[in-house]
Amino acid sequence: MTSKTEPKRKFRVVGTRPIRHDGWDKVLGRAAYGADVKLPGLVHGAVLRSPHAHARIVKIDTAKAEKAPGVLAVMTAADMPVAASQVLDLGEEVTNATYASDRVMARAKAVYNGHPVAAVAAVDLNTALEALTLIDVVYEVLTPVVTIEQAMAPGAPLVHDDLVGDDIGERVEHTNVAEHIRYEVGDPEAGFAEASTIVELECRLSRAHQGYIEPQTATAFWSQDGKLTVWTSTQASFGQRDALAGVLMRPVSSIKVVPMEIGGGFGGKIGIYLEPLAAVLSRKCGRPVKLVMERRAVFDATGPAPGGIVRVKMGVDDKGLITAATADIRYGAGAYPGAQINPASVCVFASYRIANARVDGYDIVINLSKTSAYRAPGAPQATFATETVVDEICRRIGMDPAEFRLLNASKEGDRRVDGPAFPRIGNVEVVEAIKGSAHYRSKLGPASSPAKKRGRGMASGFWQGIGGKSTVTISVNNDGVVSLIEGSVDIGGTRASIAMQAAEVLGIAAEDVHPSVVDTDSIGHTDLTAGSRTTYATGAAAIKAAEQVVEEMKNRAALAWETDAGNVRFEDGVFSNAVAKGQRLTFKELSGKLGATGGQISTTGVVNLRGSGGGSFAAHLVDVEVDTETGKVEILRYTAAQDAGKAVHPAYVEGQMEGGAVQGIGWALNEEYVVGDDGVMQNASFLDYRMPTTLDVPTIETIIVEVPNERHPFGVRGIGETGIVPPMPAISNALRDALGVRLTELPMKPGRIMAALKAQAAS
Amino acid sequence: MHPFRYVAASSIDEAVAVLREHGARARCLAGGTDILVQLRGGRYELDALVDVKGVPEASAMRLGRAGLDIGAAVPCYRIYEDAKVAAAYPGIVDAASLIGGIQIQSRASLGGNLCNAAPSADGIGPLLVHDATVVIAGPTGTRTVPVDGFCTAPGSTVLDDDELVVSVHVPRPPTRFGAAYERFIPRNEMDIAIVGVASSLVLDRSGKRIESARIALASVAPTPIVASKAAASLIGEPPSEEAFRAAGEIAAGEASPIDDMRGTIDQRRDLVRVLTRRTLALAAQRASAGAAR
Repeated sequence: MTSKTEPKRKFRVVGTRPIRHDGWDKVLGRAAYGADVKLPGLVHGAVLRSPHAHARIVKIDTAKAEKAPGVLAVMTAADMPVAASQVLDLGEEVTNATYASDRVMARAKAVYNGHPVAAVAAVDLNTALEALTLIDVVYEVLTPVVTIEQAMAPGAPLVHDDLVGDDIGERVEHTNVAEHIRYEVGDPEAGFAEASTIVELECRLSRAHQGYIEPQTATAFWSQDGKLTVWTSTQASFGQRDALAGVLMRPVSSIKVVPMEIGGGFGGKIGIYLEPLAAVLSRKCGRPVKLVMERRAVFDATGPAPGGIVRVKMGVDDKGLITAATADIRYGAGAYPGAQINPASVCVFASYRIANARVDGYDIVINLSKTSAYRAPGAPQATFATETVVDEICRRIGMDPAEFRLLNASKEGDRRVDGPAFPRIGNVEVVEAIKGSAHYRSKLGPASSPAKKRGRGMASGFWQGIGGKSTVTISVNNDGVVSLIEGSVDIGGTRASIAMQAAEVLGIAAEDVHPSVVDTDSIGHTDLTAGSRTTYATGAAAIKAAEQVVEEMKNRAALAWETDAGNVRFEDGVFSNAVAKGQRLTFKELSGKLGATGGQISTTGVVNLRGSGGGSFAAHLVDVEVDTETGKVEILRYTAAQDAGKAVHPAYVEGQMEGGAVQGIGWALNEEYVVGDDGVMQNASFLDYRMPTTLDVPTIETIIVEVPNERHPFGVRGIGETGIVPPMPAISNALRDALGVRLTELPMKPGRIMAALKAQAAS
Repeated sequence: MHPFRYVAASSIDEAVAVLREHGARARCLAGGTDILVQLRGGRYELDALVDVKGVPEASAMRLGRAGLDIGAAVPCYRIYEDAKVAAAYPGIVDAASLIGGIQIQSRASLGGNLCNAAPSADGIGPLLVHDATVVIAGPTGTRTVPVDGFCTAPGSTVLDDDELVVSVHVPRPPTRFGAAYERFIPRNEMDIAIVGVASSLVLDRSGKRIESARIALASVAPTPIVASKAAASLIGEPPSEEAFRAAGEIAAGEASPIDDMRGTIDQRRDLVRVLTRRTLALAAQRASAGAAR
């Protein structure tokens, strides 16, 4: 359902639900994903990975593997240039080229289990895999740093001997804390002094994997003329090109990245993993080389969301107004810095107007794979603490959780703790949407058996989204159909949502825009598909290109009608002459006359949208039923309300809201990295990394709220990420309601729920 | 992956011959839902896989006067889709319908579940409480052993290298017999039991006393085990919540669980208590319903 909040401009295409342009290919199995790449002379590679989470590499002997029949190339870090230290800004991920290089192939030390130490290219995959067993690696095993406590303990083993930490501007040597940031407004201590109720909770969260079905792949061909082409499954074709240039020390223009269809990313397919290895192997053997990761390696060696420890303290006065709040956010980045503590700090209190607040964020390296972006990176973990604290406050002061949120909601003009003031936002509107929902007004009902108990919980969430650079080219064909060329990889239906925005401007049907996602040589720079930016920013570029088409078409109509271009009107897909009644041409009719009026039209729209994407708020409501004898949780009913600004394709907006909620449910209840003291993940398979199946989640009821985004011509907000932010606290709050115990550690798995119930019974 | 030979055997003799030739480096393939995953995961190497789906005795399922014979390669769906089998062997049907998902059930077999010998095997507990036996073929003919004792350790069985399981025999249950299997998994499908409990019991003529009982536990010992003391405690007792609760308590003591990534010792003992009580109650309900029919 859509909640109407105000009168809006009338749209013809935007807001409808056409069949997606890539639908046929995907449904019929014709869409080509990374592993589907087939090239003349293609050979296959395999990667040897460290079985140790922390070990000095004493020696690697590849001689036997090189001599094995069928083996075409063997590589180690010695075959890669020493990457110069430079910042690689891939959008949602910022890293240093030196770290990016070390991450993909260990040089002196293996710093996580699964860290590549060598790779082989051979005539077939089996030969490559067998050759890996012939490589002799001598390790000096070091004590791994697995937990945040271990990493921060005095005298802790160092993940990187040369890491220089930044403690709010101070240089710190010999540390595992890469960065400590702080944001502060007002006077938190004075604020707490005014509070009549103060609640503080410490929450612990496991790292959680995006769980995309398609593993990482890369196929590379390094031609004799020095040109490198990489076919890969990525969210960031231009970012990958730039990262490859930095890691391989090659000019950007010598590299072309061809983005294949992507089988899920959620932020996990921004960085490079196999691409530089395939490239180096190809350079060594002169053939195109394909690498495909095994699931075990995807869990061990790609970037999940960081786990961490988050402590939030909040005070309210006797009216229920928040007087102060502080947050201490400690995330385990994995083996290299970059745990998304900044977005965590931005989002942790974003839902509330707080005059006195302080946020400390710590980016901590540990001997696990480097974490990556995962849907609203950094926000769900921090928000888990805030929203459970808010729920406890509501219980202490006896206030309805929706009323509390409305009373304290951040609004337009309020400043976030990190400084920027909010533009027009829909924070109040999403809470009101939940409050007005049938779900909110429904009774919880009795449990289905005496051993079971029911509860209801609510939580809010925020993701700011980003803007950035996008390029779209539109060409008008003489049959009235336009081709739209874009650089944005399509993850969540963005071919459709971008084409629809162009169609809206051009006054034609969505089906009459044919979108194509192309490689980095074939379109102007386009930032990654992440940060909830694609429908927002690439959509804005498409609108710009389409508006140029309309202007040029007006000129052509003027030529045809021998009138002034200023006399040509364009409305509802029809060009007309304001001074000559009856002179009118549809877009399609005029398209047929382009040849005679100066040739075909093509335009390019380029945008670089500064600042945040306008931000999208969500509020979720969940009913749970818990078996108090086993700790098993059933989600009975789930409602998500989110501000989409303007939903371009409501079905895909709902899909994103549902997907976020489902991933959040998984993270809340069962998903976790079970890591031993040795730093090795014990459950690196889909069997034991327990993501929800279709039988584990109910229908997610969605309410699209539309508070227009002033930064986009149609009011569109990026909506891909916010949906994963509220589910974890909403479920913790529902469990609190059902059981009377507060679960502060994720996942809230059955054993943990039973332990909490036992502790409650004992006290 | 190490290259291996694939042999689609059409007779027991042919299968045995290949097993003899390769010894420990050959194994039988039924549905392949465990073995193929293990091979691809590099857990071990084989030189030969002997597909027994084409061996007539291994693919037959027969319900007769003496009981039910399930060929080692008969996939789960054939068991639960057979109405007569489903009515007579409720515990086995419980397991067959929850192993993996529907796709897995269309390939996976109870014979394979036995030979895989996982501590968490869903199929073995129900066979134990149904007093099933295993028909084994080897170079010198066939032999029959009880399911109880067939598994010797995780992944190990009493099978010699040149032997294979041909079928499982489940005796015809007495009247007023009921059985049930339940497992605990955090999800609702596609998961490994943190604990599984199978129970069966026979009520006396009056329906008010338990004449005999069997309880088997999965995921709480190196192999699925029989909780004989818990079962013995029920003899002569009424089929009551109280008796079932007491049996659950004893069964928890008979379990020897470990902490691992899937669950903890405490959690597993608790689950043995709960699931023993719940499966006994369901078995009793089925026994009464069966007697009434």
